[in-house]
Amino acid sequence: MIVIDNLQKRYGKLAAVDGVSLTVEAGELFAYLGPNGAGKSTTIKILTGLTRLSGGGASLGGADIRTDPIGAKRQCGVVMQHVNLDNDLTLAENMDIHGRLFGMDAPSRAARAAELLDYVGLAERTGSLVSTLSGGMKRRLMIARALMHRPRILFLDEPTVGLDADIRRRIWALIKTIQGEGTTVFLTTHYIEEAEFLADRVAFIDRGKIRALDTPAALMARVGAWAFDRLSEGGMDTEYFPDHETAQRAVTACDGCLTLRRVNLEDAFLTLTGKTVR
Amino acid sequence: MMLHGLGAVFLREMILLKRRFKRYVVGVAISPVLYLVAFGTAMGTEARFDGHTYLEFLLPGLVAMTTMTQAYGTATEINIARFYLHIFEEFQSAPISNVAYVLGEVFSGMTRALLGVLVILGLGAAFGVSLHTGPWFWLAAALNAFAFASLAVLLAMLVTGHGDQALLNSFVITPMAFLGGTFFPLDRMPEWAQGLLYALPLTHASQAIRADAFGQPALWAHFAVLAAVGVAVFAAALVSVGRARD
Repeated sequence: MIVIDNLQKRYGKLAAVDGVSLTVEAGELFAYLGPNGAGKSTTIKILTGLTRLSGGGASLGGADIRTDPIGAKRQCGVVMQHVNLDNDLTLAENMDIHGRLFGMDAPSRAARAAELLDYVGLAERTGSLVSTLSGGMKRRLMIARALMHRPRILFLDEPTVGLDADIRRRIWALIKTIQGEGTTVFLTTHYIEEAEFLADRVAFIDRGKIRALDTPAALMARVGAWAFDRLSEGGMDTEYFPDHETAQRAVTACDGCLTLRRVNLEDAFLTLTGKTVR
Repeated sequence: MMLHGLGAVFLREMILLKRRFKRYVVGVAISPVLYLVAFGTAMGTEARFDGHTYLEFLLPGLVAMTTMTQAYGTATEINIARFYLHIFEEFQSAPISNVAYVLGEVFSGMTRALLGVLVILGLGAAFGVSLHTGPWFWLAAALNAFAFASLAVLLAMLVTGHGDQALLNSFVITPMAFLGGTFFPLDRMPEWAQGLLYALPLTHASQAIRADAFGQPALWAHFAVLAAVGVAVFAAALVSVGRARD
């Protein structure tokens, strides 16, 4: 379980994280959705010990990140947005060093590394240097490495950013499998479809504050069920309707309206935050 | 428990060292070879320093300088790990103490430094100079390596990028390499300059290493200064690692 209470991070006058409070239940897949610079990565950095907090607090699996940071770190694995693997080490060596950092004994390290590299489809590359891997392979290796010590909580910071669509889907499947095995997953993303596909609950974050938090279905329901878009001078206006019949009547009477469609999570994000995802 | 993770930090550096070992040996040897050829042989055997040829005088200085440069080389490794590979995050997010991390890096720097001493001694033998290498010789080399590896961690945590690191090398390491009693006897300097040069830890390392290499007793004060500087810089490095979590 993750409990975040009034978490704050300030850089001078800028509040990167501005009083965030939320709870993620054990085994839940929670998505933290927002534009670049919203405070998503900063939140993860605070929770995983990479950045000091300015105020508030949090606990991971019952361990307070302020008073028991080492206990809190034991609870979690983290996959950062950028690649942070040792290029001059082999896949096995990267896994082994991680296992040592988390106090695993030698037989456990070897067995777990073999199991995980097989799990992420990299078993045949065990002895290769990381520098020889493709971007998608590196991302899968980072996920495998983060799972090495069997963390109860997995933080994924933009896990599919910059990856091709097919690799992205493979990683989505992997994340779902990891959650299915009982791991709590805290995912940040600015890909709305990623949050919609993966998450049990979603928090919209913008300028360091949570603007809305609920299941994807509930967030979309706040906006409506059906929508149509209309080109306007400023770009595009969207109208939302509670049911298909009302929407159909409106679109028939409308001049210049585009196709009628179901409301998606992007509609909810735009409406509830008044923003676009940059 | 406090030291848990030290082995992982140290092992990572040793794997990298093993993988680049030939480059490492060439890197250690290249400057000393140039100094030995350019200064040592050019001075010939007629010039005497405390009853020794210049090559005999120079070699212990090169040992001291190499322990400094190789131990301080840890800063470059940390810099790459921090700003280029982002591996430092892996250590920051792991359940290990700052003591374990700093000791892991310092021990790796000391290992590089002491291997570097072997390379210099080998070069000396190739130039026909062999030194006495008793326990005090190795203690002085180890203390010097400890101080400069700790300094490497400290400065690597304070810099904000590769450019700063290069600047620090130019301002800290290069002057010390030339002024720390490596290439010339300090007693030939004016008194005011001697006072300044004795403020440099490398001066004490050079003096202690040279004394043992010539079979003479080294002043305990050299060891005391090196140990005191080492402990102080190590403590500062511990604080700096904590503060590196912006």
